[in-house]
Amino acid sequence: MDLAFTREEQAFREEVRSFFRDNVPPDTRRKLVEGRHLSKDEMVTWWRILNKKGWGVSHWPKQYGGTGWTSVQHYIFNEELQSYPAPQPLAFGVSMVGPVIYTFGNEEQKKQYLPRIANVDDWWCQGFSEPGSGSDLASLKTKAERKGDKWIINGQKTWTTLAQHADMIFCLCRTDPSAKKQMGISFIVFSMKSKGVTVRPIQTIDGGVEVNEVFFDDVEVPIENLIGEENKGWDYAKFLLGNERTGIARVGVSKERLRRIRDLASKVESGGKPIIQDAAFREKLAACEIELKALELTQLRVVADEGKHGKGKPNPASSVLKIKGSEIQQTTTELLMEVIGPFAAPYDVHGDDGSNEAMEWTAQIAPSYFNNRKVSIYGGSNEIQRNIIAKAVLGL
Amino acid sequence: MDFDLNEEQRLLKDSIDGLLTDSYDFESRKKYMKEKGGWSQAVWGKLAEQGLLGLPFAEADGGFGGGGVETMIVMEALGKALVLEPYLATVVIGGGFLRHAGSDAQKAAHLPGIIDGSKTLAFAQLEKNSRYDLFDVSTTAKKKGDGWVIDGEKFVVLNGENAETLIVTARTKGDRRDKSGIGVFLVPANAKGVTKKSYPTQDGLHAADITFTGVEVGADAVLGNPDDGLALIERVVDEARIALCAEAVGLMDESLKTTVEYIKTRKQFGVAIGSFQSLQHRASDMFVAAEQARSMSMFATMAGDFEDAKERSNAIAAAKVQIGKSLKFVGQQAIQLHGGIGMTMEAKIGHYFKRLTMIENSFGDTDYHQRRVADGSGLI
Repeated sequence: MDLAFTREEQAFREEVRSFFRDNVPPDTRRKLVEGRHLSKDEMVTWWRILNKKGWGVSHWPKQYGGTGWTSVQHYIFNEELQSYPAPQPLAFGVSMVGPVIYTFGNEEQKKQYLPRIANVDDWWCQGFSEPGSGSDLASLKTKAERKGDKWIINGQKTWTTLAQHADMIFCLCRTDPSAKKQMGISFIVFSMKSKGVTVRPIQTIDGGVEVNEVFFDDVEVPIENLIGEENKGWDYAKFLLGNERTGIARVGVSKERLRRIRDLASKVESGGKPIIQDAAFREKLAACEIELKALELTQLRVVADEGKHGKGKPNPASSVLKIKGSEIQQTTTELLMEVIGPFAAPYDVHGDDGSNEAMEWTAQIAPSYFNNRKVSIYGGSNEIQRNIIAKAVLGL
Repeated sequence: MDFDLNEEQRLLKDSIDGLLTDSYDFESRKKYMKEKGGWSQAVWGKLAEQGLLGLPFAEADGGFGGGGVETMIVMEALGKALVLEPYLATVVIGGGFLRHAGSDAQKAAHLPGIIDGSKTLAFAQLEKNSRYDLFDVSTTAKKKGDGWVIDGEKFVVLNGENAETLIVTARTKGDRRDKSGIGVFLVPANAKGVTKKSYPTQDGLHAADITFTGVEVGADAVLGNPDDGLALIERVVDEARIALCAEAVGLMDESLKTTVEYIKTRKQFGVAIGSFQSLQHRASDMFVAAEQARSMSMFATMAGDFEDAKERSNAIAAAKVQIGKSLKFVGQQAIQLHGGIGMTMEAKIGHYFKRLTMIENSFGDTDYHQRRVADGSGLI
């Protein structure tokens, strides 16, 4: 047992850190620190910088543009990326559909899609959830019917993150209505510019528009856009959801936020002195830091285990990372609310597009608090994660 | 970065787990409790035979040169089996003082007896008003000729009843809460002026309140610098905290395992109660708490070797907080999920809960350590 990183790993951390220092556009970083949303251009610009460096799809196999890093290197990269902070690669392309395509897709599909995912020539979105299918995803109803050399797609998806920017969607569609619910689902990809696709934004409680409803009305999709085998989509979906394990804890994000809390708490006053001098506040901050330290160690244990024994099957430990990681992210936003106190109130309705520069950046703290309620809901709610632990770990 | 045990460490784990599986089921434990001092000489002898009592000592001193990870392995196993024997008091704490500050003569006088199992130790530190502050010492040690005269009262001294040698903190200079002027002394338990009042503790161990009245010891009784022993005390108590974290992880593992087995077999409304989602989620939360505790126990173990004392103490305090929170949740919910049977002395789960609970209040509780972390410069 040894906690220390090797000298090579430390040098790697330094390399990553200095690359971020030299290459992340300062405005992009500032907006992230302040909890603002980035424009599509800002995100894509950064991802192309990352891709040019060869780090855009770092965890992919080498032949598709991956780096061949060890688990520990990936961990370091993610931690530095999250805590710098810089925008994380677009998960829908890089972490979700990309691995499905290089694992289950045919050569033609790999050639067609993978380089464009890496360079974000296509912005991908995820068509999984439906109004009636949240945690019970396999009950989904969106239909794909085969007509000649086309799929005809009808139905509705929801909670589709950043669909307003998307060029492509990967979609779970029911292709065999007579089969048992998990059995008749296929994984189909198509252009969001197709005729019959309508995107309707959903405004969330933070005031932002991150998620959308997407409607399909007789959308025609070429038959070759099926990934893998027909009616095997559920397997690919499970693969996709289990693929992203250790990033889910978002330790770096919480670290960055805790540093910010400490910084703000030494400036904002309460009772005539900085809040950081208030014993009760300091103890809450310490409690959160300790929880995060424990989570970081738990994550390192999973990373080290993957490095030794390979990725293999989805690890139920990722459920621990999801539950604690989301709880801690939420606690950090609560602490920010506490620091900012009555100045949480002003509502910066135009802030994200930069049209209201006069607005105090603190106006993003309440929205960030509201927005972060989602982290214990998405990606399999924390209650679903508890079901997974009960079943897969405890055998209940 | 590596969280795996090496080959030797795996063998150590197998050997102690094997020994305890053979000799420490719940029924045997009940018998051991009734023996003199509340634990089994026979089991202690077996621990000595396997070299476990000499584990942390240097090979030159007759030990096996084990480090923090080896102690962690042993303490986890002792926790899992709910062991009564005074490993913490004798090997971790008593042995710790001798390892860090013992002169060659002191080591020669005490270590062979510890290692072969013929001798146990006890740490007389807690005072009526000192609570968790190690520097809060009213017991005095006054110079007399070459030696010292010790006067004062110590409380809840674990293994105080059985120990041949007491390790006593006493003030040589200054006022009650001064950080300097504290010494550490080796005092024979049968010295003139030592009186003991022994009693069982809530968790089935034994402790004693000990009064020192004009107890005379020689110059060779002093461990380290008699006027400046606090850093030594903090170092050894940090090692005790690390060991308690590991013991608690073993206790939590067994508590969770026992609870999950129970809810799989206990039937109500015609089904196993483990089929109910509210109980499944509770058990999942227990698992999460136990895993977070395991992570911090490992962190504490590795922090034991940090060179910077402040950094070391900060990390260990953080670990004790996590362990305290986790053990409270796991312990309480283990009782809750067992229902009525969990309230009885007959079921083993209650005994695990009681030991866990006492660990929280040993060498600083959750609030105490959280305050320490809060008053530092942060963990992140």
